[in-house]
Amino acid sequence: MSSAVRTQPPSAGATTVLSALLEARTGQQLAANRTWRLEAALGPLLAELALPHADALVARLLDGQDHRIGDRIVDVLLNHETSFFRDAGVIESAVEAVRAAVPLGTRPRIWCAACATGQEPLSLAMLFAEDGGTAPDILATDVSASAIARARSGSYSQFEIQRGLPIRRMMRWFESDGGDWIANKALLSAVSYRRHNLATDPVPGRYDLILCRNVLFYLTPVVRQIVLERLAQALKPGALLLLGAGETVIGQSELLRPSTAHRGFYERVATGAAGL
Amino acid sequence: MKTCLIVDDSKVIRKVARHILETLDFAVVEAADGREALGQCHAHQPDVVLLDWNMPVMSGMEFLRALGDETLAKRPKVVFCTTENGMAHIRAAIEAGADEYVMKPFDRETLESKLQIVGVA
Ligand SMILES: [Mg+2]
Repeated sequence: MSSAVRTQPPSAGATTVLSALLEARTGQQLAANRTWRLEAALGPLLAELALPHADALVARLLDGQDHRIGDRIVDVLLNHETSFFRDAGVIESAVEAVRAAVPLGTRPRIWCAACATGQEPLSLAMLFAEDGGTAPDILATDVSASAIARARSGSYSQFEIQRGLPIRRMMRWFESDGGDWIANKALLSAVSYRRHNLATDPVPGRYDLILCRNVLFYLTPVVRQIVLERLAQALKPGALLLLGAGETVIGQSELLRPSTAHRGFYERVATGAAGL
Repeated sequence: MKTCLIVDDSKVIRKVARHILETLDFAVVEAADGREALGQCHAHQPDVVLLDWNMPVMSGMEFLRALGDETLAKRPKVVFCTTENGMAHIRAAIEAGADEYVMKPFDRETLESKLQIVGVA
């Protein structure tokens, strides 16, 4: 792996502008203790654009000539960290819970609400295909256009493919392409991909299972509450929400509560007398 | 503490793998070829073997076949770790009884995740 590009730390002014951009576009915060990440994250983009430092990048953003620059900055500031079968036990119990809740012969509806480069929806698609039940509709979304483009390609580097993916599953579901590995048609066609901003876009439908892992942590408290409300609206009656390890709805939303039947999951609080 | 036997004719690879494994709290033993590795299996009863493919004296595949004929208290998990990164090699290794497969180059996350998959980490 190449070493990180050395860059001059952004000025306080540039940091403020970049933080505001990220927050306005995604609701995510660039916490003060993560400014070191800012420097490392911007390095490759600065090098590509032949800009000497973050302040020059901010100047480029503010002059309004380059309409794609905002997207590109936001992309590099987002954390796309993910892997196949991340918290494997949790993913397996999610599939089991859906199978138990959704009537036989009905297509379960799944939403991976922050899929980054797509390892999570593909992991789910593999599990659902392997248990032989009715194939689900899986929608994978992310706020980052470049992450969604990568997810849609189904292509992973040798490092990415080896993180969490058992070799037998790689043999069954992926094809070698030079040094990369590409999800085969059967697997990739099980997922649809769309760019979606949790903070600003209406929910794409109603689901039996929603996964929104390791996103809430980065959101401002106000946006976090909005996002949780939206996620609650997108849950069908009896449906489950899965957050990242260490993330909770407790104290964040009145519309959601821990599931009593499925440990580690959340469910919608029944509203009104009609609630089942 | 679990024991990992690193089998590789490259001293550098053994050193890199040992470093990662020690940070993952493994006791580490080494062998430079398949024959030496069979001896280490008897001496140390490893929980897992990290196995190179191309080695002098006895290759990884020859070791894997020979391991089946050995009388050991417990059969270690076998994780191939090789630059042979094509599907044909992977298939041959799994059919010969390997539990997992790591394509070189690898990093800490790769190794840790594969050890978790075979149930030793
Ligand atoms: Mg060798």
